[in-house]
Formats: sequence, structure tokens, C-alpha cells
Amino acid sequence: MIRLTVNGQQHEVDAEADTPLLYVLRDDLGLNGAKFGCGLGQCGACTVLVDGQPVFSCLTPVSVLAERQVRTIEGLGGNAVQRAFEDVQAAQCGYCIAGMVMRATALLEHNPHPHEDEIRAYMSGNLCRCGTHMRILEAVRQAAGQGVKP
Amino acid sequence: MNTVLSRRGLLALGGGLAVAFSLRAEEPARPGSLKGTPSLDAWIRVAPDGRVTVFTGKAELGQGIKTALLQVAAEQLDVPVAHIDLVTADTMRTPNEGFTAGSHSMQDSGTAILNAAAQVRGVLVAAAARDLGVAAETLTTVDGTVHAADGRSAGYGPLAATLNLHIDAEPTSTLKDPSAYRSMGTPMPRVDIPAKLTGGQAYVQDMRLPGMLHARAIRQPSVGAMLLDIDTGPIEAMPGVVTVVRQGSYLAVVARKEWQAVKAMRALEAAAQWRETASLPDQATVLDLLAGLPSRVIPVLDWKGRAGAPMKRLKARYTRPYLMHGAIGPSCAVAQLTDGTMTVWTHTQGVYPLRSALAGLLRMPVDRVHCIHVEGSGCYGHNAADDVAGDAVLIARAVPGHPIRVQWMREQEHTNEPYGAAMIAEVEGAIDAAGNIVDWNYGVWSNTHNRRPNVGGLMLQNAALPDPLPVPPPAPIPMPEGGGERNSNPIYAFPNAKVVSHFIPEMPVRVSALRSLGAYLNVFAIESFMDELAEAANADPVDFRLRHLKDERAKAVVSLAADKFGWGAGKRGEGRGFGFARYKNLGAYCAIALALRVEHETGRIRLGRVVAAVDSGQVVNPDGIRNQIEGAIVQAASWTMYETVRFDRQRILSRDWSGYPILRFPAAPESISVHIVPRPGQPFLGTGEAGQGPMAAAIANAVRDAAGVRLRDVPLSAVRVKAAVGV
Repeated sequence: MIRLTVNGQQHEVDAEADTPLLYVLRDDLGLNGAKFGCGLGQCGACTVLVDGQPVFSCLTPVSVLAERQVRTIEGLGGNAVQRAFEDVQAAQCGYCIAGMVMRATALLEHNPHPHEDEIRAYMSGNLCRCGTHMRILEAVRQAAGQGVKP
Repeated sequence: MNTVLSRRGLLALGGGLAVAFSLRAEEPARPGSLKGTPSLDAWIRVAPDGRVTVFTGKAELGQGIKTALLQVAAEQLDVPVAHIDLVTADTMRTPNEGFTAGSHSMQDSGTAILNAAAQVRGVLVAAAARDLGVAAETLTTVDGTVHAADGRSAGYGPLAATLNLHIDAEPTSTLKDPSAYRSMGTPMPRVDIPAKLTGGQAYVQDMRLPGMLHARAIRQPSVGAMLLDIDTGPIEAMPGVVTVVRQGSYLAVVARKEWQAVKAMRALEAAAQWRETASLPDQATVLDLLAGLPSRVIPVLDWKGRAGAPMKRLKARYTRPYLMHGAIGPSCAVAQLTDGTMTVWTHTQGVYPLRSALAGLLRMPVDRVHCIHVEGSGCYGHNAADDVAGDAVLIARAVPGHPIRVQWMREQEHTNEPYGAAMIAEVEGAIDAAGNIVDWNYGVWSNTHNRRPNVGGLMLQNAALPDPLPVPPPAPIPMPEGGGERNSNPIYAFPNAKVVSHFIPEMPVRVSALRSLGAYLNVFAIESFMDELAEAANADPVDFRLRHLKDERAKAVVSLAADKFGWGAGKRGEGRGFGFARYKNLGAYCAIALALRVEHETGRIRLGRVVAAVDSGQVVNPDGIRNQIEGAIVQAASWTMYETVRFDRQRILSRDWSGYPILRFPAAPESISVHIVPRPGQPFLGTGEAGQGPMAAAIANAVRDAAGVRLRDVPLSAVRVKAAVGV
């Protein structure tokens, strides 16, 4: 059995030690937010926070997380980033959006007033194919104005 | 609840073309998809409690169609959106509207629901008039209730309970005056976004059914690869593995948990021995190869008229490579065989055609296959959505009773999806002494843009199975929509013009529909060449376009984009570019003006301000139109600046995002603004594919303006720009 804490709740899951966190979140804990995109850390659809830092859950073995705090979009509780994404309708198909929200949340928790170039550089690990980039950037700027606390 | 579906011939030809015809010659033409499915209750039902259910054969692809159709129904019915349930593409419940493609959804389904809703409202008002003993004209409708002038009222639910809506729609409807619209034309937040922002179940990838097992297919590493012997014993003994499915060269594995399926798939890949052949063309010369293949000549237009003497003649050739759809989420499907019926949850663009294809693949009767659309990652055309459903059904048949969830891996999606076809366009044009175009000669060479499966032979798995079905030959999509020739007919009023399409049946690389089909290259070519001719005529590109346009709506869009951009205040050499088209010359009008910089040291293009104007006819959700055009601009920027599918003689080499880079945030434009020309009461014009061609041309024209070089081959990659600039 493997122990991990997700959104403040402790879990023990029956998973093989090499299982990436993504599959435990989706398959064992029934959480939909983190998405499989590439399995290679190239697209960010699987982004979650581990101790406040964005990680690619598709590449993070679940066995290294026992003492660490995992946060997913299900645990944000409607934070300023989620509200801003809703407000500016920053989604088309939306498959990348949960990962975008998680990465933007990490950015704004550490850097409440990022410059435009900082936002773009920080978000560059996450891909969107529908071309919703301008709205995502606008949502991050709007959320920054409202303040995002851990 | 099953809808009684009309069986009238709705023939889905694919590529976004649904041609409906009537079996009775005297039958009147009904609007939109009412042509094929005329019964009002196929579209709208009103429950005794007043709740309304609306049915559409179209599917949500992230384009916001659910929200727009709800707005249309709410408007014409006078029912709040919150009182309406919308059922989308399902072969047992909804009309057959062919494919959700070609920017047809508002035209087909939106128009059908607009008219059906207006007529249902009319039937309800007539019933209320009868019940209340007053003239129908004296009644008003608000929020699902009919009100009489004397204060009496009747709810839609009780009224509907006494009515038969299983009646054919009239050819014409009494629609509301657009000036009275409250829902249509007003921005409405998308109904599907909240679940996507909170981790709700939003996609087929998120489905978890009781008893569900996870499967992965092992793909042939190259086209025609034959699976030699493989010892599956050790893999069947791996933890969680339920079974290995093998049929000829088709190989798949089923496990209890998803990661177990992935590990077993990797083990099978390592154990599999294949016999491969070098079946792919040489990438370096593939465009010349295509141009030299046998082709069928399809005349598109031949205009002959009086014109001034040609003083200057130009000729140019434009090309695009194979392009990938590149969904962020690899394709996924869930299938379950229960009591002889195969149920499939799929993000296909066409549940009915896919049902036929899957039935063929399984050798099952069509009525034993049930396809239900569930959203997936955005597809942008015919990607792997259908093929993964082929995996799901083949595997589900081997494990009856269990729902089988299959998702492709990243490299499977990248290397097996059908690509957008590589293309060539050649154009020759002449201007007279006054700088007007007097002659235009245009040819385009392309494979098909539609291999969407409607028979089993078109499924990816077919070639791997021991007893493959016949594969139908590729077919062109006829104009006015067209495939490779889509938008090859210029919208400009030239006195003399000849346009010819060369349809190439042989496909050296697997191709099918990619968003906007041939329009992307044709608009890139036409709009680049318009700038080349404008330069030869020493004319401003916007003025030059305007003086060759007769269509007033086209002129309005071009002028609006130019005005909002501040084109008139700009100067040559500032890196400004313009592009315009009316999609298919039937759909939405879109003009784009932009500014960019070219970094001479690196060849990189830095996009600045992008301003678009669009005329989509009657607007339903203006924010939806803006979102679609913004998306088209960014996606087309990515195609135009970065993308090429790479391959060697045997295998596709673009296996992931490092081998097929796309636009990331730092390269997004500084800003995009989209301005809508309101056209109240006009027919809906599909918007989803209107911006791609104009954006490509605007970039190339701006690169010419900024750096003095004319690039005619997509992508305008940094390497090509740098080589052209010659620093």
C-alpha cells in the first residue's frame, strides 16, 4: 500500500510503486482534473501541485509522495484563478484547462503580481491546441488582480 | 426515451457535407436539417411539467455548439435556458445530421432548431388560443407560459400534454423579429465550462463505468507492418492483465487498472517482431512527387470577360506540408458488448457514419451498434477519434460484458492520426495599366480531404486484421464546398479567371479532413498573391482588395478590420499584413490585419497586434464567435510558423511535441481583438474555419512588409525566414 495526501486528505492506495501520480489520481481516487496528454512532461495537461510547486503528474512516481501535499483542481474550491477562467470564458475544448489553472495558481501563489513576460514564460510548459492562449493570459492577469492565496 | 427517427434519406457524404434529399419530389424544401428530419418531435419535446428537451445530431467539440443551440431554442420557444435539456449526437435518440464538421452546425442544426422551436411555440399558442377562446394574435409567451390579455395563462407543459408534436414541420416559420431577441445575440457563458474548471466528469476520458477495464492497443509501427510471432505468455502473467487480444497483426491488451495496461502494452511492444516495408515517400521531395502523380482534372470556374490589356504578369507557387491535428488529449473511447448490442461512447464527429463503420469492422448488423457522443479533447477535424473507437469495439467483443476504456498514447496519436494533406497551388495573374487584375489562372493539386469512416474498410484496424474489408477509393468533395479546391474560387470580381483542381487519388501518406481543408492553402495562396499583385500595381493592399470586391458584406468586413487596426495610419515597412476570405464563399466572412516583427538574427517571427473582423450572419453567442476566431488565429499561426509532419521512408518521425513543435505562450500574439458585424435576421454562417486561411496570408504578407522577403511555402519557419533574409 502506498500513502499519499491529496487535497488535505490522506489516502492509502493499492498501486505499484512505479505508478505515476496521474494514474493514481484518476484510477484509484476517481479525480478527473489531471489529464493524460503526453506522458512525457511536454504538454502540462496533467499538472498538479506538490508542496505548492507545479509538477507533471504523468512523470511523478507515486512512491515519492508519502510526506508531501498534493493539490489538484478538485481541491482549489473555486479560487480566484478558477473564477477568472470562468469569467473570461478561457476554454474551448477545455482539455488543457485544469492543468493551466494549476500552473497559474502556483505562479500567483508565489508571485502575486507577475509581469506579462513572466506569465508567458511560466505558462510555457502547458500546451493548448484550440488557441485559447489570449483568454488564458487574460484570466491569469485578472486573477492576479484579485489575489491568490495558498 | 427513444425518439422516433425519420428514416428519410439523409445521405452523409462526409467532409462536412450532409446532403439531404427527399423521397417525394413534391415535398417542399424545409430549412436546415429539417430537410432530412422534418418531424417536430425529433427536435423538440415538451414534458407535462413544462421541461423542454432539444435534440441535435451535432456534437460539442469545444466550439460551444451546445450553448448556442440552447440559446436558439430558448429564444424561439420563449423558455429559459435553464428549463431546457439538450441531447447531442446519439444514434438511438437524435436526428442523423451526418458529421459535425465544415462549420455547418449552426447552418444545419441551428437552423432546424430555430424553425422547429418557432413552430412548436406556434402550435402551443394555437392550442392556448383554442382553450382560452381568444385569437392567437392576442396571446404572448414568456418563460414557458402563454398569457392572454385578460390575465389568464396556460403553461407549455399542460398544453403540450394534449398535443401531438409528431408532425412534419412547415417549410416556413413565423420567427420572432430579431429586434425582440433576448437570448440570441447576447453573450452567454458556455454551459460546458464549469465542469471543466472543477474536475467534473467532462470527457469520454473521464468515464468510469461499473466493471470497466482498461485497454491499450499496440499499433503497427509503420503502414502495412506485419506482426510476426510473439510470445504473449509472460505478458499475460503480468499483474492485473486480463487478456491479450490478437487477430492477425492486430494486438491489444486488457488490464484491471490503466497503468497496468500501459505497462503491458510497453512489454508487448518490446516483444513484438514486425516485418516492415519502406512505404512512405521521401519527405524532401514529396511535393514534387505529389505534383507528378496521376490526377483528375476538375474545372472549378472559367470566367471570360472584357478587360484592359495586361501590362504586368506574375506567377507564383505556394505549398503546405502534411499537418497534424494534434489533439492535446489522445483519443479515447469506451465500448461494451451486452446482449448482442455494442454500445460505444465516442468523441467522433459523426455517430451515424461511425456506427456503420464499426458494424462493418465487427461484421455486426448496424442496428446492434449504438454510438453515443461524449466530448473529448478538441479534434480540429478527422483525427483518431473514430479509430480509437475501432480499438474499443474489437477489444470489447473479446471481453463481453465489461466496459472497455481505451486511450491512445501520445506517440500513437501523433504517428497514426490521418494528417491534413500536403498541397500545391500555382497562380498566374496580370494587371492592366490602371493596376486592375485582368487575368487570373489558378491550379491546385491535392489528395482527398475526406477519409472519414462510414464503412469498416476505412478504419485504421482494417489493414491489421486477417480478413480485411475492401477499402473504397478516395473521392473528391464536389464544389461549392470542395476538398482540396475549397476556396480556390476567388471571391474577387476578376473579368477573366480560370481555376482548375487536380485531384490526386493516390495517397503516399494517410490523410483526411483537417480544419478548413483546402481553404487554408488556397486562401494563403490567393491572399498572398493579391498582395504580390498589389505591390506590382503600387497599390495599398486593402485598397487593392476593396476595388476588386463587389460583395458588400465582404467590403464591410475588410473595411472594419482595416479601420479597427488603424491601417490607414500605418506605413509600409512596419510589418503589417492583411488577409481576407469568405469561408467556402458560402460561410462566414473574416478579415485579419496584423503587425509583426522579424528577428533577423534568428529568423523568428514575433506576432504583435492582431485585429479581426467577422460576419457570421445572425449572431447567436457573440463571445462564442470571438472565441472561435481567436482560436483560429492562434492555431493558424502555429501551423503557419512551425508545423510539418516529419517522416523517413518507413516511419512517421513526429512522435511527440518535440518532434512536432507547436506554438507555446511566449510566441502568442501581443493581443487579438475580434469585431463582429451584426447581421440581424440573416442566415447563420459557420464561423469555426473562417480565420485560418486569412491568418496564414496575413503573416506572410506582414513578413514581406517587415523583412522584404516573400515566403510561399508553409511553414514560414525560423530557418526559412533566416535563409530568405540572408543575414
